[in-house]
Amino acid sequence: MTITLNHYLVVSFLLFSIGLFGVLVRRNFLTVLMSVELMLNAVNLNLVAFSQRLSDLTGQVFAVFVITIAAGEAAIGLALTISLFRQRRTLNVEEASTMQG
Amino acid sequence: MTDSAASGVLLTGGAGWLFVIFAVFALGTAVAVVVARNPVHSALFLLSSFLLVACIFFLQKAEFVGAVQILVYAGGIMVLFLFVIMLVHQRTVKTVKTFQHQWDIALLFLVVFLIPFLYVFWTEKFPEIPANPDALRMVRGKIAGNTEAVAWLLYRDYLLPFEVASVFLLVAMIGAVVLGKRSVEKVD
Repeated sequence: MTITLNHYLVVSFLLFSIGLFGVLVRRNFLTVLMSVELMLNAVNLNLVAFSQRLSDLTGQVFAVFVITIAAGEAAIGLALTISLFRQRRTLNVEEASTMQG
Repeated sequence: MTDSAASGVLLTGGAGWLFVIFAVFALGTAVAVVVARNPVHSALFLLSSFLLVACIFFLQKAEFVGAVQILVYAGGIMVLFLFVIMLVHQRTVKTVKTFQHQWDIALLFLVVFLIPFLYVFWTEKFPEIPANPDALRMVRGKIAGNTEAVAWLLYRDYLLPFEVASVFLLVAMIGAVVLGKRSVEKVD
């Protein structure tokens, strides 16, 4: 089975769109955060695939930075979740929303 | 498991099938993350998705990124997620719907968004540069290993982003502590 860059890109894009769907439609805020992590993971896959294809390590270094930023963002997002739960007693994004319409 | 130096081919033979297996399972567990009713199930499916993607990284000869993925994502972030899920877990099992009310429009949008991108990604022809697998392991002209090569790049050419990333982590830590505090009571 011969795998080319196109296979990697298709897998990375499918992973990204699954994460995007999760961010758009899940009710539980924690699952929304998990879907964001899925999207970042897909981007990493893309970066490393290009890094292998172009024989350039820059993509892998960038992927390490993306993982770092994802870790920081997950920490802040989880702290926000706890704060949200304390304020509104619910993690349901539709219940916690105060926007009209 | 040999890489062909011919144009564009990245994985051949057995390694190619391994990639297909890992990719199919990674996508399957990702769908399970989005579809699972219980957030603990979602977290565990996400954990396995991360591990499978790390396996794909190892296939792509990106050993350092794969190891960091397992350590930080699977070992750090998912543990954090599970802590918070357990912390805010509600005892009463409410029959709440998993998806928001606009899920069908979102699905339609996603499918419309998917088709042209998938077509482009599947049929795009990249320039026929031969891939040199040893370049991912070279330090100053000698074969050393992927981690050494990444470290050589990270601490010399990309030193500034590295330092900025550490400041970012400091800020994120302070922010998380401040956001997690209960409201400060006034002391007389």
